[in-house]
Amino acid sequence: MTFYQGIAEGLFFAFVILVVLGSLITIRAKMLMKTVLGLAVALLGVAGIYFYLGSMFLTLMQILVYIGAICIVMIFGIMVGYTPTEVAEKSIKDWRNKFLAVSSAVTAFLLILVCVLKTHWVPAVAGNRDFSAVHLGHEFLYTYCLAFELISVILLIAIVGAIILARGGGAKTAVDLPAEKKISAVREEKGETSV
Amino acid sequence: MILISHHLSTYLILGVFLLIAGIYGLIQHKSFIGMLVSTELILNGAGVNFMAFNRFLAPDPAVGQVITLFIMGIAAAEAAIVVSFILAVFRKYHSIDPDEVDELHG
Repeated sequence: MTFYQGIAEGLFFAFVILVVLGSLITIRAKMLMKTVLGLAVALLGVAGIYFYLGSMFLTLMQILVYIGAICIVMIFGIMVGYTPTEVAEKSIKDWRNKFLAVSSAVTAFLLILVCVLKTHWVPAVAGNRDFSAVHLGHEFLYTYCLAFELISVILLIAIVGAIILARGGGAKTAVDLPAEKKISAVREEKGETSV
Repeated sequence: MILISHHLSTYLILGVFLLIAGIYGLIQHKSFIGMLVSTELILNGAGVNFMAFNRFLAPDPAVGQVITLFIMGIAAAEAAIVVSFILAVFRKYHSIDPDEVDELHG
């Protein structure tokens, strides 16, 4: 192992530790703000893992999209939604939930670990080893065009739906609006049944 | 000397760790935002898995990256929708505790 390989391994372990620490903060923190900050740390570690898996583009997208956008959206949700002290006390509440969480997590971990270690993974015949963003963009716009279009449509629908949900609150009916009230008042004066 | 970062199993175990951390948090958290955060951990575990198989086993390295980008897009849409849900729920119930939003008695 050369000197540079040693540095690379050390960095890899640093990223793994970031992922593990961030996940532990995420699932153990009592304050919701710390939960989201722990998520940001874990996602930074995952970005480093993507770098070691050969994709510089995905590393940057992970930092941009996850840490830059999703975490900020969650922090907005926290700031608008609640007062921190009330949730802090009951974030880790009863032993039944904790028992369920630990047992299901340990069971899933052991089952999948056995699958991972017992399986003999066979690599495919090496064809193209081009990890560049140019190749990725070419594949996105030609072979996987449907995925590309689908994601844009999904994002559009999600944004419009989010605006409608967050603005209206779901409680208003047409009668509550001022213009509709006027119309129904005029109709009642004339003796018509309101809609 | 075998480098540990050149092994498929390392990345798969890391993905499993993210998955179980997400499951644990999903069950144990007592607020909608905590559950949303745990869901993001699960999605990231899936992304790490796809990228690991892409790096070590797949014939064309673009496939896993395309899927991982797709997962990122889904996660962004999901986060926006869920946060607006949380706002709507908070406006109606003045709480983000899943135990208190029980009008359907589920």
